[in-house]
Amino acid sequence: MSSTAEIQTGVAEILEEVAGVAPADVSPEKSFTDDLDVDSLSMVEIATAVEDKFGVAIPDDELGNIKTVGDAISYIEKNQG
Amino acid sequence: MTALKKSTGAPGARVLALGAYRPRRRVSNAELAETMDTSDEWIQSRVGIAERRWAAPDETLVEMAVAAGGKALAASGLSPDVVDLVIVASASLRVPIPGIGPLVAHRLGVTRPGAFDLNAGCAGFCYALGLATDSIMAGSVRNAIIIGVERLTDVTDLADRTTAVIFADGAGAMVIGAADEPGIGPVAWGSDGDQHTAIAIPEGLPHMTMAGQAVYRWATTKLTETLLEAMEKAGVGPEDIDVFAPHQANLRIVESMAKKIGFPASTVIARDIVQSGNTSAASVPLALTALLESGEAKSGDTALVLGYGAGLTFAGQVLNLP
Repeated sequence: MSSTAEIQTGVAEILEEVAGVAPADVSPEKSFTDDLDVDSLSMVEIATAVEDKFGVAIPDDELGNIKTVGDAISYIEKNQG
Repeated sequence: MTALKKSTGAPGARVLALGAYRPRRRVSNAELAETMDTSDEWIQSRVGIAERRWAAPDETLVEMAVAAGGKALAASGLSPDVVDLVIVASASLRVPIPGIGPLVAHRLGVTRPGAFDLNAGCAGFCYALGLATDSIMAGSVRNAIIIGVERLTDVTDLADRTTAVIFADGAGAMVIGAADEPGIGPVAWGSDGDQHTAIAIPEGLPHMTMAGQAVYRWATTKLTETLLEAMEKAGVGPEDIDVFAPHQANLRIVESMAKKIGFPASTVIARDIVQSGNTSAASVPLALTALLESGEAKSGDTALVLGYGAGLTFAGQVLNLP
């Protein structure tokens, strides 16, 4: 089980790798689309990277509900094994 | 039970020639931005398309198929009377009866071949190539013409910015024939019918819809194993691939697949989508033809091709370019 801080760091690493987002810009209230300029296809890449890193499954219909970094962190916390 | 005679096939099949037909009208991103809320930047960053071809009313499926097939047949040097099979792969046929395969064959001067249409979405061309290759090796066919042809603009809502910027028209063809050594590897194919609504013309509606995120995820994760299987079946590895020409659905999928396989830097990656858009079953032969015409690919190169799309369907193989 990763801690909240570890999850946020992990998500930031994925965002940097997939979408070139600076880790310093990543905080829970940030919207992927509106604040971090992540498009819908990059969201898919982020989802598959999160699945690999944290061992959670993010089906496409759940992906639509993950709008902010905080949404992603709580989804991972709730679903990690 | 009376014993039946066994047919004798060829040891292999190979690609003899390619041909393409690109509709006359080029449609730029700037032109699309005049009529819908989009921009060149948006389209290029999402799907990697700079321009596409849209067919005029006289550029029908049959006319485009005949044009591409005719060029491939002429380039092959074969007489039409040694062709026994004509397969027209298309997902944009608007009339179920009759199929256009027999008419296309007739127009090409091929007399009484096996001829039919094949709809396996954007995988149609590679499905047809697999069937034709196996027919030659089984001995039921000497030479075959395979054509992928689409008028996706007929089934696309041209006011919908999520699909109108992507789908396009065109035709590509290949002539294949018997060979002493295999020049076309075994097909790696299959389908994921649980996702049959992901790309569809919903019943009662005139236009195609696509679950973009679901298809993107499927293409960039599940199809890597198909590419590996196609190479394994042909006895080659990524280091042997001179040309990688997957279906031109989205430039980001092309790049993602190439990255996951890890081709050497010398492998030429087909990016015909930039100029042609997504032409479904026509995209693989159009991409190969473009690379041969530009000189980026050359005769004898080993190419890995992959079609995938509505169904969901997928098919890939390794082949030597003519």
